[in-house]
Amino acid sequence: MKTITFSQATLEAMREEMQRDPTVFVYGEDIVRQGGIFGQFKGLPEEFPGRVRDVPISETMIVGAALGAALTGTRPVADMHFADFIGVAFDELVNQIAKNRYMFGGQANIPLVIRAPDGIINSAAAQHSQSVEGWVQNIPGLIVVAPSSPATAKGLLKSSIRQNDPVIFFEHKVLYPQKGPVPEEEYLTPIGRAEVRKPGKDVTIVTYSIMVQKCEEAAMELEKEGISVEVIDLLTLKPLDMQTVVDSVKKTHRCVIVHEAVVTGGLGAEIASQVQEKAFFYLDAPVMRVGAKNLPIAFSSVLEKFIAANQDDIKRAVRSVLYREG
Amino acid sequence: MPFQKKEFPDKFAALSKEDKVGLLRTMVRIRAFESRVEELFLNRRIPGFVHLYIGEEAIASGVMANLSKNDWITSTHRGHGHAIAKGAQIHRMMAELFGKTTGYCKGKGGSMHIADFSVGMLGANGVVGGGYNIAVGAGMSSMIKKTDQVAVCFFGDGASNRGTFHEAMNIASVWKLPVIFVNENNQWASTTPTSFATSVARIADRAKGYGMEGYTVDGNNVIEVYNAAAALVEAARKGKGPALLECLTYRIKGHYVGDPEKYRTKEEVQKHFTENDPIIRYADWMKGKGLIDDAALATMKAEAEKEVADGEKFAEDSPLPEKEDAYNDLFSFSPSEFPEVVK
Ligand SMILES: Cc1ncc(C[n+]2csc(CCOP(=O)(O)OP(=O)(O)O)c2C)c(N)n1
Repeated sequence: MKTITFSQATLEAMREEMQRDPTVFVYGEDIVRQGGIFGQFKGLPEEFPGRVRDVPISETMIVGAALGAALTGTRPVADMHFADFIGVAFDELVNQIAKNRYMFGGQANIPLVIRAPDGIINSAAAQHSQSVEGWVQNIPGLIVVAPSSPATAKGLLKSSIRQNDPVIFFEHKVLYPQKGPVPEEEYLTPIGRAEVRKPGKDVTIVTYSIMVQKCEEAAMELEKEGISVEVIDLLTLKPLDMQTVVDSVKKTHRCVIVHEAVVTGGLGAEIASQVQEKAFFYLDAPVMRVGAKNLPIAFSSVLEKFIAANQDDIKRAVRSVLYREG
Repeated sequence: MPFQKKEFPDKFAALSKEDKVGLLRTMVRIRAFESRVEELFLNRRIPGFVHLYIGEEAIASGVMANLSKNDWITSTHRGHGHAIAKGAQIHRMMAELFGKTTGYCKGKGGSMHIADFSVGMLGANGVVGGGYNIAVGAGMSSMIKKTDQVAVCFFGDGASNRGTFHEAMNIASVWKLPVIFVNENNQWASTTPTSFATSVARIADRAKGYGMEGYTVDGNNVIEVYNAAAALVEAARKGKGPALLECLTYRIKGHYVGDPEKYRTKEEVQKHFTENDPIIRYADWMKGKGLIDDAALATMKAEAEKEVADGEKFAEDSPLPEKEDAYNDLFSFSPSEFPEVVK
């Protein structure tokens, strides 16, 4: 194992995949001269001349061209700069990329990755702070992943680049500078498989991305109260690994879903719904959701913090499914 | 409709007689297909939306004669002509319109979503202006893989008002991508006349804003289209970058089959059809040059109609999808691998 940042982990993934396959190329706004706003592309342009490219501020093109390139024999990785800007290219994503294979009867592979830095960071305010996985959850034809650590970032990005289907790669901005252990040797993290981060027997927490570490920390504290929490890191948000979730809930009989995104219409709604469909008679309490309030993310840090879900919210939800006070 | 003409080198003159006849045959085959499709739709044998290419055949034929199967095109909702000219098979197109498993998309696409990736036809598009950036992406592939493949993006006058046009034209110019943007200005966007909705008289003029060359040709003159496309495609192949080619034409049929067409007069339409049918114009020209005679033309039309009739029979005889087929073709992996994906 070595210790590297999340940002370096994605860079290693890019480098390894670009070395392995000359048809992989990457483009986005300000990734060459700046090395990406979080340094996640530093050094790559020098190593792969012509295959790492800055593009104009043209998000519909960034997303739409990825489809054209993928259909014609290359494996593009398109950087969205901020996940919030996916909205600019929604038609390209929803009606072009997601529909292509199905609508045309499975004629072509669509090996493309859209890297989308998301999440709340340093008062970035309403248009640069969103977690938008809820927007795309409803679209058949997309794969959505969200790593939670350097190791999962590297393994999932490599898998995403090799996948013959369109993948949206949500990478939380707060994670970039964080360090973590990453295997020395080459490895892939499978798409479509959740991982149990911490085993436990009283309550299942289903979470992903930045909230994994917050849930792990909350779980440690809850241990002190005598509550044993199992933390599941989804890693892939679409398709959901409900088997892992349901198996866990059948064991713990209680389930809390935690994400940074707005609760309303979020992934938690889908997961809660599936849990009650698949494990209703195992449940000893209502399934609870923890996420942001149904508001845009405000600028002032007082407001920003208030709107976002925090560890206390997580702990409260866990206690509530155990019918405990507090 | 006056416009400034550019004289392109007469590459057409160097074509063999066979190739010259071939241009006519492509137009005749498109016309035969579209005419029958119109009847089939009106007889309720084909569901959905159908947009016909009748009267615009010279554009697809003239452009595509300059492309190989390795080149790519992106098409529109009015895409049957593009598909045929690019080399798609009529029987499989017909089967698609019938929603049969033998269709190009196994019945999942229909008229607005015919694609044949095996001949570089990257798909019709139900979203107006949806093709530009796909063509740009294909141009990027050519650049990354250092091939000399060219992508041609067909789009309507209405589509030229989409924002996607701007982003695609700009990057194509900045990166000198091998993409030719072929505008089919048929003077109507559904019920809206081009002049009503477009800031410039000539869509080709928009190229200037992107530092790109833009030309207008008579889109109902297949020779003019051929020569213009020949020059622009060749330049793109040599790395000289993109261009915009506006082809003036006229939408003879309603926007879709069944359109009551209350927004224009029958006389206007008829005038265009009798005076400016691209097939009649080219056939007459060929006759004048002794390249074809009435008998040969009649045979060509009969063969095209037979091909279409055979295609229809093939479509009729083909099986409908099984309900469970709905679960296939969403991803590269099978649904059983991830039952959650679709169920
Ligand atoms: C984004 C989008 N807006 C509107 C429509 C509805 N629509 C379909 S075709 C059409 C007119 C298109 O006109 P033009 O681009 O000139 O092509 P033409 O039909 O004349 O070939 C419209 C408005 C659509 N399919 N997609």
